[in-house]
Amino acid sequence: MVSEQTVTSAQIWDWLEAVPDPEIPVISVVDLGIIRYVDVDSELVKVTITPTYSGCPAMSVIAMDIETELSKRGVSNLQLETKIAPAWTTDWLSEKGRARLEEYGIAPPQAAGGPERCPHCQSVKVDKVSQFGSTPCKAQWRCQDCLEPFDYFKCI
Amino acid sequence: MSGEINHLLEFLLRQGDNTLVLGHRTSEWCGVGPALEEDIALANTALDLIGQTQLWLGYAAEVEGKNRSANDLAFLRDPYDFRNVLMMEVPNEDFGRTLMRQFLFDAFQVPWLTELQNSTNQRVSEIAAKSLKEALYHLERSRETVIALGDGTEESNKRMQATLDYLWPYTGELFGEDTTDQAMSAQGIAPVPSTLKNAWKTLVSRAFSEAYLKAPESDFAHSGGRTGFRHTEHLGHMLATMQTLQRSYPGATW
Ligand SMILES: [Zn+2]
Repeated sequence: MVSEQTVTSAQIWDWLEAVPDPEIPVISVVDLGIIRYVDVDSELVKVTITPTYSGCPAMSVIAMDIETELSKRGVSNLQLETKIAPAWTTDWLSEKGRARLEEYGIAPPQAAGGPERCPHCQSVKVDKVSQFGSTPCKAQWRCQDCLEPFDYFKCI
Repeated sequence: MSGEINHLLEFLLRQGDNTLVLGHRTSEWCGVGPALEEDIALANTALDLIGQTQLWLGYAAEVEGKNRSANDLAFLRDPYDFRNVLMMEVPNEDFGRTLMRQFLFDAFQVPWLTELQNSTNQRVSEIAAKSLKEALYHLERSRETVIALGDGTEESNKRMQATLDYLWPYTGELFGEDTTDQAMSAQGIAPVPSTLKNAWKTLVSRAFSEAYLKAPESDFAHSGGRTGFRHTEHLGHMLATMQTLQRSYPGATW
């Protein structure tokens, strides 16, 4: 049992690194950039989350996973808050998260609006198949060289 | 107080009911889209719209102060309590009409939400900023698809023109102006929608010229949805499906 007085916000951030995005489990909720603040005082640990897409069904699972992880670490008095402003942007993805996405086969977001290269063979000859994909945060693309389809993490 | 209109509540219901009714209509495509990619795109668009609805109606429920939730407002109100524009409730008909309607709405929603970001009401401005990102993405797709279908085959062009002729008289209601609009404008919460008409017209005209489509000349506009005065017969049928579970098993959760 961790006494609330001894836990630091740095520790909480560290523990949140162990909570994966349920839809893209190679990155953590911290990499995804949805954890905005962690406030720790003598009584309470407060974690503020900004949702990715307003209708993203993963958000309630994420909240539950955070609760489970932190209670496993002994945090008994947790308050989860949702904050929609400023709106989440893919600029908040961590560098580590971007690299992990690419290793996993998902092209990371680019300001130009499309993937920089195929995550499988690094070819730059890529085409859009659909502006949307298997989850709200992704679009479908394909590679003209290796002919493989791949997900692209939409830039918003 | 009774009998007096709560203008902020009316305004919020108009926002949330537009996204709710369009979101539900769009979700009717789930599993029956013309191609897998389109099916997924439609489902994702619907999801965004329903997510925006939760924000608008969640705030509406707070402003109403009757201890109701966004879910209560969505699933337990009757047709005449809805404040969406009529265009949202007409049936999907086919893929062309669905995407044309989406485009006509997105082309309104983008400049509208852009303005609402500057609202003096912080909640309104936050919801607008969040929704705008999604609306911009929707506009990109609906615009491209309208152009692709208009500038497609003879058949697709003919059907898109027919759908534009059908939907056009429903667009005027987006630019209504009544006491609620004036109250919102006076408080700096939202501009009067009619002030956005030129921006919208420019946006849609440009796409129509690329799509080889011609917007009708007539300014005749069906109305009655955003005031709740008179909805089309279609809304009741749609709500009968959408609300059946909560009506049959009140308070059911899963
Ligand atoms: Zn490749």
